[in-house]
Amino acid sequence: MNLLSVQNVTKRYANHVALNGVSIEVPERSIFGLLGPNGAGKTSLIRIINQITGPDEGQILLNGKLLSSNDIPHIGYLPEERGLYKKMKVGEQALYLARLKGMTRADAMKELKIWFEKFEMAGWWGKKIEELSKGMQQKVQFIVTVIHKPSLLILDEPFSGFDPINAQLIRNEILELRKNGTTVIFSTHNMGSVEELCDHIALINKSKKILDGSVKEIRTAHRSSTYDINFKGSIMGFTNAMWTGGELLSKHSEGDVHDVRVKLLGGTKPNDLLKAVMPVAEINSLHEVIPSMNDIFIQKVNEEQVVGTQSNYTE
Amino acid sequence: MNKIFLIIWREYFERIRKKSFIVMSLLGPVLIAGGFALMIWLAHADKTEQKIAEVDASMAFGKLPDTDFIRFYYPEGNKDQLVADFYKTDYTCILYIPYNIAQSSKSPAELYFKKPPGFAVNQYIRNCMEDKLYELKLLTNNINPAVIKNARQTIILNNMKIPESGRPTPYDTDLPIWIGFVSGVLIFVFMTVYGAQVMRSVMEEKTTRIVEVIISSVKPFQLMMGKIIGVALVGITQFLIWTVLSLVLTSVVSNTILGDLTSNSQKMKEQAEVVHKQGSNANFKDLQKIDATKDAMQMLGDIKKVDFTAIIICFFLYFIGGYLFYSALFAAMGSAVDSEADTQQFMLPIMLPLTIGYVMTVNVIQNPDGNIAFWGSMIPFTSPIVMMARLPQEVPVWQILLSLWVLVGGLILTVWVAGRIYRTGILMHGKKVTWREIIKWVSYKA
Repeated sequence: MNLLSVQNVTKRYANHVALNGVSIEVPERSIFGLLGPNGAGKTSLIRIINQITGPDEGQILLNGKLLSSNDIPHIGYLPEERGLYKKMKVGEQALYLARLKGMTRADAMKELKIWFEKFEMAGWWGKKIEELSKGMQQKVQFIVTVIHKPSLLILDEPFSGFDPINAQLIRNEILELRKNGTTVIFSTHNMGSVEELCDHIALINKSKKILDGSVKEIRTAHRSSTYDINFKGSIMGFTNAMWTGGELLSKHSEGDVHDVRVKLLGGTKPNDLLKAVMPVAEINSLHEVIPSMNDIFIQKVNEEQVVGTQSNYTE
Repeated sequence: MNKIFLIIWREYFERIRKKSFIVMSLLGPVLIAGGFALMIWLAHADKTEQKIAEVDASMAFGKLPDTDFIRFYYPEGNKDQLVADFYKTDYTCILYIPYNIAQSSKSPAELYFKKPPGFAVNQYIRNCMEDKLYELKLLTNNINPAVIKNARQTIILNNMKIPESGRPTPYDTDLPIWIGFVSGVLIFVFMTVYGAQVMRSVMEEKTTRIVEVIISSVKPFQLMMGKIIGVALVGITQFLIWTVLSLVLTSVVSNTILGDLTSNSQKMKEQAEVVHKQGSNANFKDLQKIDATKDAMQMLGDIKKVDFTAIIICFFLYFIGGYLFYSALFAAMGSAVDSEADTQQFMLPIMLPLTIGYVMTVNVIQNPDGNIAFWGSMIPFTSPIVMMARLPQEVPVWQILLSLWVLVGGLILTVWVAGRIYRTGILMHGKKVTWREIIKWVSYKA
């Protein structure tokens, strides 16, 4: 079941189109990565889901129903550029923001106490935000994002500005929230954390969605018959034996032990390769290279660029 | 609880808890009174003693009369000598009166000094000399100056208002003018001070970026209105505190000083009657004192006669109306800029009509039924200020009602326009906006 369904959303500003017929499906209880280069339209989409702005075309369904202001308590949002009232006290501020999300004062108090204890910040209640360090402010910010137990949590670059320890803390909380039934949309440039956390992704470039699906499937689909092989023997013998069945992409040698990356050509299977090289090399290991999200991101965005330039030439 | 109340609540309480608010509310009336006292004190206190050597070549003036701090000396010797030895003496100035001063206004007197003695000293010397010359010229024409003095008499023009039913009652013309002027200025100050607070607060939310979190929970319009209303309540609270404090202060003043005055005036009235009955030469100084007391009594009586309830009610209405009208514009401008430095170009178009209204009051209090006064109090850009200035001088009720309706219409329009600018502006970062863009935002879809 999909918790969130964005259907054919288009958003235009005076001078440019921010989103052009974008559709995404976010499965329930998943962590969904919203990827794309700067200026691709991610923030526009996030703002539309948050009902900060409305789409010019298309619609958005949450739990199968059209998104409305009744859904505000079900969504939590951590913007990329974030801040709090500097002069306001931590506790009062958290209470205020929680109540804006529709919580009662008593509920908000109860939940805040739990979170303050969990994040070891019990003594901060009466402090002003400006007295806190940046990392401490980020913790407060994270708490006010999740305090009302949203079913959909939208995090825009959640790890920027966190030190590794706090980043780990937040990462664990995200996983914990997912386990408890929260769906997370997660916008980031950090492809490492995408591979680590995300189940599904959508890649947006130049206001259009250019790729989506489960991380596993996408990576599998982008395999390019490339293999890492470690063997003992002569590199000359190896390449001669491989002949036209493969192309040597890179090599790294220590004595007569070699690490090579090979791209198989013309429908050659790994087994064929092994048969060919076994007489001249002692194979230690062979495994397929699954492209990283980073590679796929760069490859996809660059493809778009090439297509874009080509169409420019033809005009 | 509706979210807008939460926002109002926060805006209100964050402000009235501030030390600056508490201090200003409590000290405001005291500071204003103190400011006046200081001004009066400065005008009197800051006078350096002047020793003026007078060289009277015309031999007509004699030694001019001294004051507390200006002393005239009439030394031997001519001007050149005195000027040459100026720094050997402790005279601060030398006044030279030419021999033919009475014959022609083209032969000027001269004042030499080590340091400029200032405007007041110049003025005093000129007045003394003009008076003296006037008397001299009368005498040379065989006119007794005392005759002229007696021939000049001050006229007291008692203003009496005749209501449709009832007897004529004394009507003071000065007091309503002053009350009008003060309330016009006060409303101008309130609108600018609190309008600017709204603007700064909008900018703070924009630059700290908390606004994006908040408008994912509430509509931008709710946030803007919550802020505007919250700040308005702060202004009203402050005004109420000031009113109450001022009432307490004046009642203290009238109970002590007025009590004295009343008993004094009673005593003096008796004395005056005695003097009158006796028909003897009344002591002039005593009579003057009686007059002064009577003036003070009259003044306090007049203050009591002014319809303050109506003025205070109208002050509230026009403050709220004018404030909403302008603070919406201030909020819109705050949302459009990234930093305080960028506000300049957008402040001018808001401050200009406000300032025009302020300048108009000077004309309006003198001519409360003129065209400027009428139109100024109808157009919502100036009406809160101008109408408050007119109000103590009896404005027809239909005009007040019409002006309030126009103001309400105007503020609905500015709030609507501001709301549309605001919701786009608060999310715009990193680029300088122009007027053209702001106007475009008004037509954007949400």
